[in-house]
Amino acid sequence: MDIKRRNFLKVAGITTLAGLGGTAVVGRLVASSGLAQAAGGQGAAQAGQANLNGNQTNPGVKRYGMIINLKSFRDDPTLGEKIVEACHSYNNVPDVPNPKDEIKWIWMTRYENAFHENYHLYRDEATEKQELPVLCNHCDKPPCVRVCPTKATFRNRDGVVVMDYHRCIGCRFCMAACPYGMRSFNYIEPAPYISNLNQNKPRRMRGVVEKCNFCVGRIEVGQLPACVEACGESKALVFGDLNDPDSEIRKLLRENHTILRNPSLGTLPSVFYIV
Amino acid sequence: MFEKALKGNNYYWMWLAFLGFFIAVAVVAYLRQYFVGLTITGMSRDVSWGLYISQFTFLVGVAAGGVMLVLPYYIHNFKAFGRITILGEFLAISALIMCLMFIMADLGQPLRGLNVVLFPSPGSMLFWDMIVLWGYLILNILCGWVVLTSERNQIAPPKWIYFFIYLSIPFAFSIHTVTAMLYCGLPGRHFWLTAITVPRFLASAFAAGPALIVIMALILKRVANFDAGKEAIDKIVTIIIYAAIANVFFLAMEFFVGFYSNIPGHMHTIEYLFFGLEHHGNVYNNLVPFMWAFIALFFVGLALLSNPGTRRGNDLWLGLGCASIFTAFWLDKGLGFVLGGFVPSPLEEITEYYPTLNEIFITIGIWATGFFILTILYKIAIGVEHEVEA
Repeated sequence: MDIKRRNFLKVAGITTLAGLGGTAVVGRLVASSGLAQAAGGQGAAQAGQANLNGNQTNPGVKRYGMIINLKSFRDDPTLGEKIVEACHSYNNVPDVPNPKDEIKWIWMTRYENAFHENYHLYRDEATEKQELPVLCNHCDKPPCVRVCPTKATFRNRDGVVVMDYHRCIGCRFCMAACPYGMRSFNYIEPAPYISNLNQNKPRRMRGVVEKCNFCVGRIEVGQLPACVEACGESKALVFGDLNDPDSEIRKLLRENHTILRNPSLGTLPSVFYIV
Repeated sequence: MFEKALKGNNYYWMWLAFLGFFIAVAVVAYLRQYFVGLTITGMSRDVSWGLYISQFTFLVGVAAGGVMLVLPYYIHNFKAFGRITILGEFLAISALIMCLMFIMADLGQPLRGLNVVLFPSPGSMLFWDMIVLWGYLILNILCGWVVLTSERNQIAPPKWIYFFIYLSIPFAFSIHTVTAMLYCGLPGRHFWLTAITVPRFLASAFAAGPALIVIMALILKRVANFDAGKEAIDKIVTIIIYAAIANVFFLAMEFFVGFYSNIPGHMHTIEYLFFGLEHHGNVYNNLVPFMWAFIALFFVGLALLSNPGTRRGNDLWLGLGCASIFTAFWLDKGLGFVLGGFVPSPLEEITEYYPTLNEIFITIGIWATGFFILTILYKIAIGVEHEVEA
């Protein structure tokens, strides 16, 4: 959501406050989505694509994304553990033993869990055994951002969906809204479960939601997210700007067939998988 | 008028003390939760809302149910509801206070609750829910108090109050509509993602709320010498029957859509709730007994309320019929709807939710607080009635 749209929402919100009522809400929702489409569709030739891929035609604006190559994870079974460890230790993600209270930013899961819509009876052995990483999809149209009652989670101008841990009230509406199950809640005080505190990064307090933020602090200074760096030269994870047609990620997207998690929901994820 | 709540017989004080005991237990339990965190609840990463939010959802319906008295009385001039409308308004007040307490109990950072006001987010249905809940609460306090004061002074209510009374009618519908929108607008939660969630919520509310009012009226008849009138009770029961049937009819349509279309996502939660869901060799079915109890109690309640012998002949049977419908819809919406929606998780895993004792104590305590407030409000209302009659 760019600044213009945020301002628009503010104005629209105040005007609907005056209207108070179901029809006013519907009117506002329709109006704002209409505006978003108009903004995305600059350049008539690419309008169709723009609708599928967000602000692709908007050259000045970045939209960070990631490609995950499943073949690399088949070739090197230890890779999964490495990226999870790199992420969680860099971001001070606590290692809570009770699965009920678990905090996860990136983790390895099975193909049938991540892509249950593409799952069928006669799958090949490689897919059957495949473990693949899942993380926040940094959707172009994130449902978690839409439902947050305090704007504690929002979409940065560079497409990264981030959290303001000091504003979050812990209502967990975003957890119900995320169709990918990528958000974790600090049910328990996290400090005792962080073994090696990374002094350069804050840790969270109890009672707030957290999730992957593409290592927003690193990408701001030109570094790669911790998980991408942990992959080394394997190119298992490739990170880059989806709005830049010359970026490596766009090159890979042109050359490979990629899939998304739950594309039918229209959230437009920024994390792509090469099977 | 508050002085009326300060005079009562021994049963009145014993009842308040009984509720006070549970409130005290809940205060201790909540302090424990406040200082330790929500880890001492049964909620988890996969089932991230539990008893608190499900009670909140159900009680919004109870609050909205009062409109089934307000609307016929003020719009259709149905005089028989004259004595009993105040019961609906005061029930709405206490139900809404319970709702707000359940929301606060559920927050991970309750001290930041005002952030919803400080950073208004019209894109969030929770923001709108806050507006309509507070709006409806204030409207009910205002209308209830002004109408009762006029009655005490034996004058007609001032003309201006009718504006707020009429306004409270769409507000009653809106509180439950917006509460349903919390759920039915979420992508990827198949059980909730259906437009019928809203009408289903309203139907179950318009059965459960009035059912509780009838139970209250029957109790008040015995303990407080307050007779709501046969015609009024009979009409409310008719409303309850139709609303209850509508709710279960809508649920039946959910079954049809899920199982006839045969789309797994549409069937999973229904299977989990009613039959148990098999997953990797395990069967998950901890809500199944509750859901069948809901169906059974619905039919028991329907039979007791529809049969003229039990409906008009005997207050006990009538009360049991209403209690059956109320409990049935509590199981349906106050348990199954919210908890079931989280199964399976977005990653096709199944986590079952079991509330902890601490969580149950807090839940009981908030209900007790609601009934404590309700008792006091009813005491005042009936005190005024008796004063006018005397």
